[in-house]
Amino acid sequence: MSDFPVIPVGDVLLVSIQGELHDALAVRLQESVTTAVQRRSARGVIIDISAVDMVDSYLGRILAEIAGCSRLLGADTVVVGMRPAVAITLVELGLTLPELRTARTVTDAAAVLGVAMPITDTASSGADRRGAR
Amino acid sequence: MSDLDAAAPWSPQQSVADLLRQRREQIAQRWADLPLFRSVFTVTRDEAVEAAQSVADALVVVAASGRVDDIEASGFDSVRTQIGRMSAARSRAGLSVGRVAGEVAALKDAVVELLTAELAGAPVEHQHAAVLYAAELLSTLRLVAMQTMFNEGQELINRQRQQLMEVATPVIKLWHGVVAVPLIGTLDSARSQVVMENLLDAIVAQQARVAILDVTGVATVDTLVAQHLLKTVASARLMGAECIITGIRPAIAQTIVQLGIDLSDVATRSTLADALGYALDQGGLQVRRTDGRTVSAGESR
Repeated sequence: MSDFPVIPVGDVLLVSIQGELHDALAVRLQESVTTAVQRRSARGVIIDISAVDMVDSYLGRILAEIAGCSRLLGADTVVVGMRPAVAITLVELGLTLPELRTARTVTDAAAVLGVAMPITDTASSGADRRGAR
Repeated sequence: MSDLDAAAPWSPQQSVADLLRQRREQIAQRWADLPLFRSVFTVTRDEAVEAAQSVADALVVVAASGRVDDIEASGFDSVRTQIGRMSAARSRAGLSVGRVAGEVAALKDAVVELLTAELAGAPVEHQHAAVLYAAELLSTLRLVAMQTMFNEGQELINRQRQQLMEVATPVIKLWHGVVAVPLIGTLDSARSQVVMENLLDAIVAQQARVAILDVTGVATVDTLVAQHLLKTVASARLMGAECIITGIRPAIAQTIVQLGIDLSDVATRSTLADALGYALDQGGLQVRRTDGRTVSAGESR
């Protein structure tokens, strides 16, 4: 099992979740993100979950917890590229996550965080290409 | 011992089939006078007799096959459309399914009467067996009629539901990154689900930042509808799009407040135009007149 790639882009950390995210992996994600935020004194965290097609209440809570931890460490978290089915599931579970910030694409998320992405629009994020598919 | 037994071993199956075949004309004449046939074939009596004969023919086939308790018996196939059309006509006339089934059951009397007369000289156990057999056959016919009516009703409902889904939920791209759904009519759970899924899919496909739910055409709002709207708004937000509800009419606004539904977390605008203006604003866009005149207050937003 590999760790999650946490890619530093300027002041922002980019985390892309690939494949199924089961409970043990979700805990590891929380650890790697918070560690990376602290080590790099990041200002923002962008979590791309466009490849995640199934969630449970635990994952919903983990996302909210990562956002909470990062905020304590001085970084805002934006979740990007959530799929419709995932959003519906979370809402049906009663997890509307009002404290979690969301955006459609990584570029949008960067705008939310108030930083300019040093990447052009066309190659801005996996979410763009996957979403258009 | 009667002559019947001399030819072949007696069976209720053969006896009933023979009677239906031989007395087909007589039975059809009597059936044609019953409300089931009379009220459907109003133009000429011959039509009713003809229809009754075709039903009787089908019963002969079923009776001879011995599968009188099987509603799937192949003999019923030919009569299914006939019975279906008559039952549909009767239900349209305002009769309940139970009443129509009763009318179908009334066909039994003529058959049983003729059968009793026919077997007057036969042993008592033969009479009983034959009458029982005929009764079972006609009960199954009644079941066939009910099943046909039920299926037709179900088909109609499915067809209409499908039509409703199709006409009711277009997602319109208003601008780059701005999509809108005009909701019309009554929102139930199934429709709300379709609206929600369509809108969320459109948000992904169009990379929309703003999604507008226009409820101008929604007749009434109850707690359930409001619940669905709130769910849609929450899902869209999770996906990273802002959801705006527009076109809430004064009467509906009053209902929402009176029901105590909390829409304070949801962005609302009075018209679709306002919401579009807001969306453009958020995207850093501005509407400008090309003739240099100042934009009036009504146009600016």
